Amino acid sequence: MPGQFKKVRRPPENWWVRSYLPAILQGLWITARHFFRNLFIFTAHRFGLLKHVRAGVVYQWPEEPRPVAPRYRGRHRLLKRPDGTPRCVACYMCETICPAECIHIIPQEVPDPFIEKAPKAFYIDLSKCIFCGYCVEACPEDAIRMDVFDFRLASYDRFQMVLDMETMLNSEPSVPYK
Amino acid sequence: MVRTLWIEVGKALYLFGGLMGLAAILTWLERKQSALMQDRVGANRARIFGLRLLGLPHIITDAVKLLTKEDFVPAGVPAWLHAMAPWVTLTVACLPAAAVPFGHVLYWGGQAIELQLMDMQVGLVYALAIASMAIYGVILAGWVTRNKWAVLGSLRAAAQLIGFGVVLGISLIGPVLLYGTLNLQEMVRWQDATVLGGWLPRWGIFFQPLAFLIFLTVGIAETKRIPFDLPEGESEIIGYFLEYSGMKFGAFFLADFIETVVVAMLTVTVFLGGWSVPYLSADQGGFVWPWGAHTAVPPVGVTLLQMAAFWVKVFAVCWFLLLIRWTLPRFRIDQAVRLGWQYLLPLSVLNTFGTAAVLLIRQ
Repeated sequence: MPGQFKKVRRPPENWWVRSYLPAILQGLWITARHFFRNLFIFTAHRFGLLKHVRAGVVYQWPEEPRPVAPRYRGRHRLLKRPDGTPRCVACYMCETICPAECIHIIPQEVPDPFIEKAPKAFYIDLSKCIFCGYCVEACPEDAIRMDVFDFRLASYDRFQMVLDMETMLNSEPSVPYK
Repeated sequence: MVRTLWIEVGKALYLFGGLMGLAAILTWLERKQSALMQDRVGANRARIFGLRLLGLPHIITDAVKLLTKEDFVPAGVPAWLHAMAPWVTLTVACLPAAAVPFGHVLYWGGQAIELQLMDMQVGLVYALAIASMAIYGVILAGWVTRNKWAVLGSLRAAAQLIGFGVVLGISLIGPVLLYGTLNLQEMVRWQDATVLGGWLPRWGIFFQPLAFLIFLTVGIAETKRIPFDLPEGESEIIGYFLEYSGMKFGAFFLADFIETVVVAMLTVTVFLGGWSVPYLSADQGGFVWPWGAHTAVPPVGVTLLQMAAFWVKVFAVCWFLLLIRWTLPRFRIDQAVRLGWQYLLPLSVLNTFGTAAVLLIRQ
């Protein structure tokens, strides 16, 4: 006999268990209980009662927003300085670390001697992005975050999948940071 | 004469309208009930004038979708044979209902109307005979479409339906011995009484619980739905209607629901007192409660209550059949056939002999 095996004996069952009737009745009891519980709560909701109790576990998206965990990595957002200019200094950290190579930055000079550079254009191609969050980790200026929890990123046109700097600068975070 | 004809047409429209309507509602109920059982919401997106109506418009959208889909006929298949299979299945699924009494006698315009389409002495045999013909449509569908998987499905259907068909017949011999008749209307009349000092309705389920259990199991198997969905087996072979699309597929789909309703009708008629309402007696002119009280109901009210009770009971049994369908996992083909031949058949024979012995001793 190739290999070693251990034969597991099934515990002997009496005829009542072996007829499957108790298991069937148990299963019917569980499903029927769920049915009547949900039926009762849905009916109560129709009359405006028991609104704090959820019937079922389904979110009626898109009418009902789906809660998102705070650690969720959503769409990218660029942060601004108090004077409204982007915090990004076009250092290429994010573009370098991006494994999907979806970030493209065009830098420009700025008159302020304390600021290295500024982005003239900043593109993120969401059709390439893998939402790994490395760009957020790599940024030395805390200029990019992924906290726009809008996951309706589908588009009819691949060029609409490219985020430009204006969009990212003017996005609002879904969950405010402390 | 013309009046009699109109009455017959009206009865047929009433019964088959109810049958088809209930089958259509079951397509909706199946989604909503399974959704509630699984903590979901169920179909609710289709709407009429912005009204969602609990997802009821999905019945219409289903029909529209099925009617407008491509009607595909495989190459080299005679189109008329291909079209015949779903209609044989659908027709045969509807016909047993003709023997089912949906009420007692309605006195209307000085005329007694028997609330049954066919008042025949062998009503039960007729219903079983027609029900066993359902296999023809299934085999035809599998055979004619020249598809291995469809043939596999119809072979499975043959193995399953023939095996369970035998049990279906034998499991009902016990009740037939008890009632002493094959006439379904007579059976219901027998059950339209009370026992145990007027407390318990004299329904077949209380005298033949084993037969009820076997009949229900076999009835579910005859509808070819989970847990006995081997002819379909949608996770492995798709089944006998594999090469059907559009409304031809819809006919098979609807036939399953109609069979569910018909099985529920037969269960109600044989085991659950048919149209009889507990404690309501037409002879006593109202409700005779077990504690001695009496509530008078006019004769027309009695008949209407009984007609309503029939549909309520049928609907309740349909609900229970759907509950079973969405609770139990499916059998393997060898398990299902073994269940039928090795366990249910001996049990039903045993039940027959037991019933006969008890009746003989009591005589």
